[in-house]
Amino acid sequence: MASHRARFLALGMTAVLATGVLAACGSSGNSSASSKKPILIGASLSLTGDFSADGQAYQRGYELWASYVNSHGGILGRKVKLIIKNDNSSPTQVDTNYTDLITVDHVNLVFGPFSSLLTAPSAEVAHRYGFAFVEGAGGAPIVFSEKLPNVFDVSLPVANELDPFVDWLKSLPASQRPKTAAYPMANDPFATPQVQLAQSEMQPLGIKTVYSKIFPEEVPDYLPNADLVAHANPDAVVLGSTDVPTVASFIHGFEQQHFNPKIFIAAAGPDQGAAFTSAVGVANADGMMVPDAWYPGYPSAQSQAMVKAYVAKYGGTASDVNADVAEAYSVGQVTEQAVEGTHSFEGSKLIAYLHSGKIFTSVQGPVQFNHLGENVKAIAFIFQWQDGKFVQVLPANAKGSVKILYPKPHWAS
Amino acid sequence: MGSEITYAIAAGVLGGGVYALMAAGLTLVFGVLDIINVAQGILVVLGAYLSYVLYRHLHINLFVGLLITVPAMFGIGVVIYWLFIRPLRGSERTSMTLLACFAVALIIEGVLYREFGSNYVSINAPVTSASVHVLGIYLPDIYLYGFGLAVLTIVALYLMLYRTGFGRSVRATMQNQTAARLIGIDVTRVSALTFGIGTGVTAIGGMVYGSISGGFTPNSGYDLISRLLAIVILAGLGSIGGALAAAVFMTTAEALVDIWQPTWAVAVFYLAMIIILAVRPSGLFGRRAVRAQ
Repeated sequence: MASHRARFLALGMTAVLATGVLAACGSSGNSSASSKKPILIGASLSLTGDFSADGQAYQRGYELWASYVNSHGGILGRKVKLIIKNDNSSPTQVDTNYTDLITVDHVNLVFGPFSSLLTAPSAEVAHRYGFAFVEGAGGAPIVFSEKLPNVFDVSLPVANELDPFVDWLKSLPASQRPKTAAYPMANDPFATPQVQLAQSEMQPLGIKTVYSKIFPEEVPDYLPNADLVAHANPDAVVLGSTDVPTVASFIHGFEQQHFNPKIFIAAAGPDQGAAFTSAVGVANADGMMVPDAWYPGYPSAQSQAMVKAYVAKYGGTASDVNADVAEAYSVGQVTEQAVEGTHSFEGSKLIAYLHSGKIFTSVQGPVQFNHLGENVKAIAFIFQWQDGKFVQVLPANAKGSVKILYPKPHWAS
Repeated sequence: MGSEITYAIAAGVLGGGVYALMAAGLTLVFGVLDIINVAQGILVVLGAYLSYVLYRHLHINLFVGLLITVPAMFGIGVVIYWLFIRPLRGSERTSMTLLACFAVALIIEGVLYREFGSNYVSINAPVTSASVHVLGIYLPDIYLYGFGLAVLTIVALYLMLYRTGFGRSVRATMQNQTAARLIGIDVTRVSALTFGIGTGVTAIGGMVYGSISGGFTPNSGYDLISRLLAIVILAGLGSIGGALAAAVFMTTAEALVDIWQPTWAVAVFYLAMIIILAVRPSGLFGRRAVRAQ
């Protein structure tokens, strides 16, 4: 299937549009000729293909940041101009796009793509040309395993996303903990590591593993996988998912098998707001959990201003703003602070500055990078759907957390 | 383990019905027109979107909606044939139709992106979560309906091909277009109608696909087309009934391998397909006569 897909994607590239997005205009305070030239920032995003929903949210995040910066005088007195190319969710195309951005478009800076799958190859391209590579969606171990000095992920490292969930299980009296758990995982660098880490930490708590399998990510239906999990009848299901359809398929499969786990947490999907509730129904969403580092009600002035700007520019409500937007916006913020801190666009200077241990600010909270480029200041939260609302439940003692709904209510049908 | 195998076989057989439904139009079009319609995946997705619109926006029952989507897709199929396939002639026709179908796929994908955007949409009808308890296992309603529709569709196509005057024209066209013209058959008309029927049937597959998938986008067709082509090749190009058997074989093999190691499921199917084709190059049910022209 992969070869067919690769062939179609390659052919499809002939019809893919390279989208240049001109940031909003504002006045410049610098009068020299060279400073009037905009700062070119290149990024490859998945505007079509499997990651298109996330890719387009990222585009909005980058655009919002650019609009904000330009309306406040730009960076070092220069406006920023985004050049965004579509990679069609292809790891091959993303490599080509960053090469083109650097060698043909001659961009001054690059921002990361969406997903760890695409970040890993694109970071190597940036490294080859000496560019700092600030990104927000490449938190999987495969991105850091190469130990590239130019990679800086402003978001939460993927492997640790389920930490608050495991900590909560530890805090429960043994009699209240689930006795068994299933770990179905999509074959994806984002989904698998965090579930495997959670599994390794849950087993010593006496939670017996009754199912642990990695399944191909791009299968049109998950009936056999869902049936096997339901047949194992675990108390808890920790699903390594990457999108809404995967979670929805498992929920439908569980409903068909009349299987009601006491806990159901998914790596991704339930965080997609209306897209998720539309796919599974509001009632079935009740009790579903998902890890994340940001949500629209995140209590920070910067975050609230960004959400307000998003709603003003794109319409909808605050709940329509997903974490992708905040991640992308944070990439812009951290890069901006690094450029202003060094007064330079030179890769080596930016890389050294980003590695200096300085704490940066972002709409997702503070950012500080370790030697691998992981954000050590990021805090993981667990969110849960309760009565049609998406609320923060873990860590239990964190500001804004409400009481967790446990056990999960039965399916509505 | 025993009941896991029972579940896997049940899931495989029922899932096979759904794939057969999606592949029926593809094998009909290839059998008659010598066209490998690589737009079949996006046509399935188009059918899913039509059902989505009727169900979610107009509140029309999924099965009743087929009374609208099947004729609509039939019309779309005829238009596609008339605009993109009919003008292609000569020795390079087969390869050119491949490119034309790919262009059709890109156009439909672009239109769907424009109308629906790139976010996943989901039909999420009650039938997608309902099931019946049979012999100790739960069988999902939507898959049972899908399997039933697959059998009905294949029987209907068979009756059309072998019990009607139009079917005789289709078979004559399938065997030798020049001879068919000589005996007064309007080959262009027959071909256009056949392409339309193949596309119309795909609307049924699209409805079921949209119902069983947790969500779909205009891009979802790419995940389908390679599997559908594999089914048609394994069945024997042009064998409509064989598509059901090949689809059941594919999904059952995958479901059984899922018990052991899901990541190998797809690979095992393709390996089995290669072995079968090495032994029987015309596929499980293919006949040389079908490809005689």
